[in-house]
Amino acid sequence: MCEDLKKLIIEYVKKEYLEEEDEQEVDENTPLISSGIVDSFSMVSLKMFLEKKFEIKIPDEKATTEAFDSVNNMINLLKEFNVS
Amino acid sequence: MSNIGSYEEKYKTFDWEISAEELEYGKNGMYNIGYYCSDRICDKGFGKKIALIWQGFKGETKTFTYDDIRIYSNVFAKFLKDNGLQDGDRVCIFMDRIPELYISFLGILKMGSIAQPLFSAFGDEALFTRLDDAKTKAILTTKKHVRKIRRIREKLPELTKVIVVDADDKSLKDDEIAISMENAPRVEHFDVFKAGKETPSVLHYTSGTTGKPKGAMHVHASIISQYITAKWVLDIMPDDIYWCTADPGWVTGTSYGIIGPWANGVTQVVLDSGFSSENWYQFIEKHKVTVWYTAPTAIRLLMKDGTDVVKKHNLSCLRHLISVGEPLNAEAVLWSEQAFGKPFYDSYWQTETGSIVITNYPEMKVKPGSMGKAFPGIKATIVDPKNFEPITKPGTVGLIALKPGWPAMFRTYWANKELYDGKFKNGWYICGDRSSIDNDGYFWFVGRDDDVINTGGHLVGPFEIESALLEHEAVAESAAIGKPDPVNMEVVKAFIALKPGYEPSADLELSIMNFIRKKLSPLAMPQEIEFVKSLPKTRSGKIMRRLLHAKEWGEEIGDTSTLEDD
Repeated sequence: MCEDLKKLIIEYVKKEYLEEEDEQEVDENTPLISSGIVDSFSMVSLKMFLEKKFEIKIPDEKATTEAFDSVNNMINLLKEFNVS
Repeated sequence: MSNIGSYEEKYKTFDWEISAEELEYGKNGMYNIGYYCSDRICDKGFGKKIALIWQGFKGETKTFTYDDIRIYSNVFAKFLKDNGLQDGDRVCIFMDRIPELYISFLGILKMGSIAQPLFSAFGDEALFTRLDDAKTKAILTTKKHVRKIRRIREKLPELTKVIVVDADDKSLKDDEIAISMENAPRVEHFDVFKAGKETPSVLHYTSGTTGKPKGAMHVHASIISQYITAKWVLDIMPDDIYWCTADPGWVTGTSYGIIGPWANGVTQVVLDSGFSSENWYQFIEKHKVTVWYTAPTAIRLLMKDGTDVVKKHNLSCLRHLISVGEPLNAEAVLWSEQAFGKPFYDSYWQTETGSIVITNYPEMKVKPGSMGKAFPGIKATIVDPKNFEPITKPGTVGLIALKPGWPAMFRTYWANKELYDGKFKNGWYICGDRSSIDNDGYFWFVGRDDDVINTGGHLVGPFEIESALLEHEAVAESAAIGKPDPVNMEVVKAFIALKPGYEPSADLELSIMNFIRKKLSPLAMPQEIEFVKSLPKTRSGKIMRRLLHAKEWGEEIGDTSTLEDD
């Protein structure tokens, strides 16, 4: 399940935040916010994607730039909502 | 002792000639900003001094001396000239914060063209609107961003040169050109274009309530303001390590991320990465940053991460902290005293003013939450919104108004003189912001006087968002407003009525958000969407954005009959 989750989020990040033909590699450890792939404004749409997909509500205090900075960090965040 | 010394005394005796004389502005008929930010510093014997330390996301660094800056800006100037660009042509810079951005900016000015920097996160539509309006002749970009230009190029017949600074010819299309600043033959001497004081230099686009974004046009003489404000407000001194966190796609990033510091011959550092408190503190510590110019949104993000992360670093190098972009709340000033042992000094200005106009000074008492006082040489007041007469009663809210005539003031909106003329009332330039002045002459920001949304220190026009929303297949009509946000001051909220056959859903909301993010920019993306059956309108059919705004902010709506007649 965790592998599926990883794949799902990586695919979403690539589709929504990278240009087609972008040579940038994204894996579960790739920094997203601190590298500038996803800026802090766009983080809101990423948060919404997770909330919608897993029918959860992530409170603002948990929606930190750190929590969204990699796919692994997001998976850890999702675990707090019993999503794994 | 700060550079400005006594503010009161300087305000009384100031003349812009003081700055021009220090700069030796006009010596040998030279007025070109490009010269004053590179060649002149070398002529003064500081060619070996470091001008720029650039750091990428992975921690890799590049260092450039003033002599490097001079030579590489010559490389760009010659390359552009050899490719047929002429004085007065608009040359856009569309790239992330890499050294080529900063250096090509000077190169463009040195050969007489007008630099048009654009934020690299702009989507296709936002980019097209600004290139189309300026009738831009050439664009300097990178492999990462050239795809956006390819998608819109057919619609831009005036755009004759697409220049990619980090590619070889093989990876480009036939009508694109490659240049490598560091691998190109060095250009020791370049005849800098003999610009006049009033020759156009920089075109920065900014948003208004109605219509498309407009290009605020500045001239070479703006350096007189930018030089002295950098020296007196940012208090930069010869041995400082200066960090301006703004992107040069916006005016702060050029006025105080290029022109101000380099005209003063200071060493500046640039971090080309996204936001992370840890990375920022590491960067300050590693490079021993002494003067730090940043934005309230960034400060509030740092606040969110607390002081524990601050304590992990030795930040005793910091000497002076300044903020710009939106009002700096008192809590942020107090937090900064707690975290860094010194306050952030708020400064106020806008794209049109070209340089800081109202601010707090190193040796003037800071009243947390206040914008400070007018810069010497700037006559600032607040005026009555109806008759535009100055308001003399302290504490009364009015419109911030400036007496025209300081060197960095914009000279027109590109191809829109009528709009430019409309910004002046009763002999004052009206900034579009509301404020009051207290008994001691300090300005206190209240809010915008129009529907423009200030998000994270950047102005976003509701019209541009609403126009783009209408291009989404599900949207029948929409209104965009700013809603309060604890970090960004405001974020975009959209009210949307759907076309028949579409139902509100989280899927649709996400689809619309991403649609705007890609088309315009992340800043313009609604952070919240409220689906409504219909939108409130005036009798003539105009959407009553102000009514929605008042409801969102919990303000008195008052008599709506006048709104309905708008």
